[in-house]
Amino acid sequence: MRLAMRNRAFLFFSLIMPLAFLFIYAGIFGRGRAQAVPYLLAEVLALTVMGSFWGLSVQLVTFREQGILRRFRVTPVGASAMLASSLLSNYFLTLPTIAVEFFLSRSVFHMAGLGNILSIFVLVTAGTVTFASLGLIVASVTNTMQETQIINQIIWFVFLFISGATIPFPLLPGAVQAIAVFLPATYLVSGLQRAMIDHTNLPDLGMYLASLVGSALIAFVIAAQLFRWEPESKAPRRAKLWAAAAVVPFLLLGLWETVNGNLRSHAMKNLQSIREPSSIERIEH
Amino acid sequence: MLSGATIEVINLTKRYGDVEALRGVSFAVNEGEVFGLLGPNGAGKTSTVEILEGLRTPDSGSVSVCGLDPQTSGAEYKYIMGAALQATALPDKMRVQEALDLFGSFYPRRRGTKELLGRFGLEEKRNAFYSQLSGGQKQRLALAMALVNDPRVVFLDEPTAGLDPQVRREIYDIIEELKKEKKTILLTTHYIEEAEKLCDRVAIVDHGKVIALGTPRELKQRSGAVTRITVRMAKPETNGALGSLEGVNECRAEADDYLLYSTRVPRTIVALVKHLEEQNNELVSLEISAPSLEDIFLELTGRRLRD
Repeated sequence: MRLAMRNRAFLFFSLIMPLAFLFIYAGIFGRGRAQAVPYLLAEVLALTVMGSFWGLSVQLVTFREQGILRRFRVTPVGASAMLASSLLSNYFLTLPTIAVEFFLSRSVFHMAGLGNILSIFVLVTAGTVTFASLGLIVASVTNTMQETQIINQIIWFVFLFISGATIPFPLLPGAVQAIAVFLPATYLVSGLQRAMIDHTNLPDLGMYLASLVGSALIAFVIAAQLFRWEPESKAPRRAKLWAAAAVVPFLLLGLWETVNGNLRSHAMKNLQSIREPSSIERIEH
Repeated sequence: MLSGATIEVINLTKRYGDVEALRGVSFAVNEGEVFGLLGPNGAGKTSTVEILEGLRTPDSGSVSVCGLDPQTSGAEYKYIMGAALQATALPDKMRVQEALDLFGSFYPRRRGTKELLGRFGLEEKRNAFYSQLSGGQKQRLALAMALVNDPRVVFLDEPTAGLDPQVRREIYDIIEELKKEKKTILLTTHYIEEAEKLCDRVAIVDHGKVIALGTPRELKQRSGAVTRITVRMAKPETNGALGSLEGVNECRAEADDYLLYSTRVPRTIVALVKHLEEQNNELVSLEISAPSLEDIFLELTGRRLRD
């Protein structure tokens, strides 16, 4: 029955999903138009996946403010089912975009090979769940639409610029790199790059994967705990602390990474891969 | 403690900040009854219903519906309960049929979408977006949604607020039909007509308290409210005797009519007829306006209910 709930809710979300979200994805990909190389595709994929952060969380806040969630509250549907349906529909909408991006990379930009598809698929899935959940946590914790937008923007920019999704990781200043290893986004980007370029297998991506998946689970649980149906009920202070707990796996991973320094060398190597003698326009971000 | 009552509310209190919304509300509803909470805006009707729906927690007091506590019984309670909220909101782009399908899918036992569409006159609109519906249609959808799980108890919060009288009547018809299905219905309203017409029993609520409770008829009889008799005669009154007819408190002349305010209508009528005979006058028309719940409310609180 749970499944039935989720599927129907998905139908519902997909039919009313504003096209704007797809345009955001297309816009991001559009920036990648001139990028023909797997390295850059990986960045685009990462951006697409991270777009889940925005996706339905904004819609959730809107629904709450409009009193739509309230009507659901009177039904047996619980917070987890609501969140799960949000995630699922987000996921199913992200996949076609990813497929299109691959397709275009191949056909228009003549990318050779497809990288390690399985790894990519798993990374994309774990990444989508993680980022969508993080977005939902923010949506549950903020009180107004404005607050949500602002916090989303801040976090988004951090993800965008510090993780290596736009400016390549090795090009970031050392201090920034030190912070970046604590962000989930960084591992997503790195993981995707390695999968694309090195055709890295799942086991080798173990650490990245584990933290993404772990974070996804934790984030989901926390989002369910924090879920608010009504706009008047203010989010308690400690809820915001709960939200911060979602990044614990990444704190641990970041510490590990700082000690072992694995990621940087991979990132450097990957970056080299595009400095081949072929003319590629670098997009000004 | 009434046993066997389907809905039992005992001494509910609730405050929002400085405002005491509920100051000890108690009543019981029997199975199959249509029970009304009648009162002006701010009386505490919505707070009460929301507590019954499980949306709010009372500060004190107890609530029991079919033996379950709305606050703690979780999904089990929601299976047997249906509600139409005061302001139902659905996503603009949701289609009518989808809404019924979706909400129906939440319950193990449910009525068919087709059946509901037909019953609530929404067949033609089944593919329309929520934003395209008129106020009346939205309310009908809200009602359909409230019944999608064939609940034992239905809560309707101001089901006809803001609707045209014509549309209101349509909704009344629907609710009358529900009565036949022996569902226990609790509705809140500030429309007198609605309470009088639909409800088996009414609790008049004001400022967070129940100030009167009974069948509409009982309530009207209980009051010392006067009945207004509008009399039109062939020849105008000359000696002011109308005002001193038996049972008459007050007599007013208005255009061609005389308004008699009487507390003992049958006697007044008899006296009036006698009087007219004596005066060789003739009765052209006679109209009796029975005291309404509005009058009761006015009597109890000194204020009018907004109609």
